[in-house]
Amino acid sequence: MLESMRRGSSTCVFREMPVIVSAAAVCGPKEGKGPLGPGFDLIYKDTLAGENSWEKAESRMARQAVEIALAKASLSNNDVDFLFAGDLLNQITASGFMGRELNIPFLGIYGACSTMIEGMGLAAALVAGGFARRAVAAASSHHDTAERQYRYPTEFGYQRAPTSQWTVTGAGAAVLANEGSGPRIESFTAGRIQDYGIIDPNDMGSAMAPAFVDTLCRHLEDMSRGPQDYDLVLSGDLGRIGSTVARHLLKEKGIDLTGVHEDSGLLVYEMTPEICSGASGCGCIATVFAAKVWKELSAGKLKRVLLIATGALHSPTTCQQNESIPSVAHAVSVLGV
Amino acid sequence: MAKATVREAEAYNMLVKGFHPPRQVARNFIKAYMVGGSICVVGQIILDYLVAKGVPFVQASSMTSSTMVFLGALLTGLGIYDEIGRFAGMGSALPITGFANSIVSPAMEFKREGFVLGVSARMFQIAGPVLVYGALSSIIVSILKVFVF
Repeated sequence: MLESMRRGSSTCVFREMPVIVSAAAVCGPKEGKGPLGPGFDLIYKDTLAGENSWEKAESRMARQAVEIALAKASLSNNDVDFLFAGDLLNQITASGFMGRELNIPFLGIYGACSTMIEGMGLAAALVAGGFARRAVAAASSHHDTAERQYRYPTEFGYQRAPTSQWTVTGAGAAVLANEGSGPRIESFTAGRIQDYGIIDPNDMGSAMAPAFVDTLCRHLEDMSRGPQDYDLVLSGDLGRIGSTVARHLLKEKGIDLTGVHEDSGLLVYEMTPEICSGASGCGCIATVFAAKVWKELSAGKLKRVLLIATGALHSPTTCQQNESIPSVAHAVSVLGV
Repeated sequence: MAKATVREAEAYNMLVKGFHPPRQVARNFIKAYMVGGSICVVGQIILDYLVAKGVPFVQASSMTSSTMVFLGALLTGLGIYDEIGRFAGMGSALPITGFANSIVSPAMEFKREGFVLGVSARMFQIAGPVLVYGALSSIIVSILKVFVF
């Protein structure tokens, strides 16, 4: 019988840790001007990225993130056994349309803003299990495609709620391999869906905070660790409000994140009033990881990082029907070089 | 517990409320008043100008409304009205220019989905309820006028 790679109630710990040999991030103009600007591999001057629709622009950014990541590792599409990708559009079309151009076995996934980490966890499992030599995880989002799907037409003049978040226009991709050098994925904790009765789609941080707390606690328990065992606990897009709520909930459980926690939603933009509670979207942690964290792990500046991406699993229809917002959070721990 | 009980959900909603930034009511009122007022001043200038040029008042007021609708549509097309709306909130949503914005913005947005199922079908996505309930309430008021007053 195969020796199990499970530890505790819900964490996979990989015996042969998959190596993240490469990562790349592509973004739009607003993100390019943000604090992460220099870390991006490609910055578009406008949100259409040379296409004639925002949907195509998002798909293009996703494809380019994958292509650039492969080029950086001197790999071609044929070297990749699986591509995990997802986005926020209905039927994850940005990813499907990207897959059409790439000719890599494609597995579309949806975890809302947790998609990137879900993809990295699944890709790591396939690589660590010997089912793939190389696998790519990618995720994308686009401010304008998200606005028109979830909220109002982009030119409609209304005041954004202070609890709302700004969807990142950008895509990130990570290439995982069973050999090579780079940061290594140590473990993967898949999240359980949490729903604490938040019905306001403009307050996703609050809706997602309990999912973050649940996954973090289970991961720490399974690994017999505390937050201080990590150089960085990076959440997906809790934003300002979600982060505060999450830290409060954790403090009640006796877990103190002071000094180790950062939220991707607070790293992408200068926090002007327009950004409200922070950045969000599948592209949020995907770009922060590829443009910043992966580089710091590769340079040895970070030794052990826990990435926990949260996703709000609602749709405009469920919100109009007054359903509360179920949320999920997936965690992956990564070891630096 | 994956799905919180009603009591847990209530407690959590209360907790979360405490972390929400306070609503900037006074600031929003002032912004809305300034911008909404400015839009009305522009309308008044146009109206006064037309009346001074000898246009009868009833016609002049319709012409003013049309001009304001045009200006709202133009500023929407130029990508300015959404910025005004983000700043002024109800101050720019309530005047007739805001009504123009609510129709022109989806019309622009859904052009890529075609003129039938995109532009024309989605054009009243935001303004539709205003038209429906506006017409409905005007009918109710008319009935009241006939039978009650």
